Amino acid sequence: MIEIKNISKHYGDHVVLNDISLRFPKGKITSLIGSNGTGKSTLLSIMSRLLVQDNGEVFVNEKKNTDYKSAVLSQHLSILKQFNNIELKLTVKELVSFGRFPYSQGRLSEEDHEKIEETLGFLDLIELQDMYLEALSGGQRQRAYLAMVVAQDTEYILLDEPLNNLDMRHSVQIMKILRKLTEVLGKTIIVVLHDINFASHYSDYIAALKNGRVKYFGKANEIINEDILKDLFGISFCISQSNGKKLCNYFNHFN
Amino acid sequence: MRNNSRNIMLISSLAIVSMVFYLFFSLGNSWEFALHYRGMKLAAIVVVSCSVAYSTVTFQTLTTNRILTPSIMGFESVFMLLQTLLVFIYASESFKAVNNLENFLLSIVCMVGFAFVLYMLIYRKGVRNMYLLLLIGLVLGILLNTLSSFLQLLIDPNNFFIVQGKMFASFSNINQDLLAYALFILGITILLSFRYIKRLNILALGRDQAINLGLNYNKNIRLFLVVIAVLVSVSTALVGPVLFLGLLVSNLTYEILNTYKHEVIIPVCALVTLVVLVGGQFLTEYIFELSTPISTIINFIGGIYFVYLLIRRKKL
Repeated sequence: MIEIKNISKHYGDHVVLNDISLRFPKGKITSLIGSNGTGKSTLLSIMSRLLVQDNGEVFVNEKKNTDYKSAVLSQHLSILKQFNNIELKLTVKELVSFGRFPYSQGRLSEEDHEKIEETLGFLDLIELQDMYLEALSGGQRQRAYLAMVVAQDTEYILLDEPLNNLDMRHSVQIMKILRKLTEVLGKTIIVVLHDINFASHYSDYIAALKNGRVKYFGKANEIINEDILKDLFGISFCISQSNGKKLCNYFNHFN
Repeated sequence: MRNNSRNIMLISSLAIVSMVFYLFFSLGNSWEFALHYRGMKLAAIVVVSCSVAYSTVTFQTLTTNRILTPSIMGFESVFMLLQTLLVFIYASESFKAVNNLENFLLSIVCMVGFAFVLYMLIYRKGVRNMYLLLLIGLVLGILLNTLSSFLQLLIDPNNFFIVQGKMFASFSNINQDLLAYALFILGITILLSFRYIKRLNILALGRDQAINLGLNYNKNIRLFLVVIAVLVSVSTALVGPVLFLGLLVSNLTYEILNTYKHEVIIPVCALVTLVVLVGGQFLTEYIFELSTPISTIINFIGGIYFVYLLIRRKKL
């Protein structure tokens, strides 16, 4: 169980997060949605100790995240941020091997190697494993980074806009992997998404942020609602049903 | 991978050949003296190679920027200010007032102290951004440089030559005692820090990834910044400012090697530095007949290479 209690964060006078509390359902995908600048990424960074909050606490399995040793916490919780530009000569397999660092401290065991192979298979990266990252396309690179986090084999996986700059096919590919991670491996995934339809179709729960607070939280189908979305984004939505999921049309240029 | 081992073999043999060649090239009659003298210079070159390679590669990894060298933090400015101050205060008596060994140790203490002050300024809040650290170092460096220039204007022109002698790196007048101290400090530093070197592989992924993988980012940055400060001080105090060299050799090493592993990159970089320095020293001694200091040659070549890097890279 991952839970945040009374989290606040401000930059100067600007309050980004204002006394947020939330329990994230275990073994499910929860999407964080909201306009730009509502603190989604900040929240994710605080939950993953990349950023220190001004107030409040983060609990991972009923234990405060500051009470964990960093190396131990990274066996429970992992994060992937949106900008991953590094100038290293790394192959896909080497990158994925980094995911085992919390367990091996750089010296890979038999078990680590098995995990790495398994992950490469899981993310369909076997053929690319010896390619250098710089030679990959954006979608493949994103998948390789995701593989590193998967190899880390944590209960909780936090992803900050994993679909950024990906085309539709690669976006769907990533989201399908996330579904598989929760359904097959039982992972709890918290993901910041900008595309409301991906949130609607692939997540179990949605948490919507506005003005530094969690304004709405609930099952995806309950949150995807014309009034709520209008309140969140300030534009009107036209929602239809398809395959039991809600589809949002916000291309309302004409009205 | 096979490419890597071939290149490592190549650079190792090049290093050995250049060292042997430098030692035994036209020895002449008083060969014992010449050999001893050249051996000293070679030992100094080895010290500088190791410290420049280790400090530069580490620094570039911490900042995830490959066109920076630790000189941006203002270490060399501290060194120059100290040398200027000594001459300013004691004038031509400065050698008597502060002997070589004292000067060497004082330089190291000042540079490492400077680094500590710099980290203290920033670490109270924790490092969010390495670039803030660099920026403050850069600004302080410029301030100290200006101060040095000002003092240099005030001192007697004859005494200015003493300062000028310190401004350019030189391997020609190596003091045996200093060399021993430098070797000792270098050895201890490398011995103590080398087992942490794999952490650099993780730090190279950037702050967020390093923390995600369970590394204590601030603690490790601090650790390696101290290592950098000590290494840079030793080499600067021994031969003078040569940090620009780091830019040349580290990027050459990245070209040669196809790996992310710092436990390989750093030793190979030290070998590359060795070859460049021995070559440069050979040029100064036998082609330019000591009319041009080695740092001029290095800065000239390094400068050209730097421009090449800037032009070639699309993004910085």
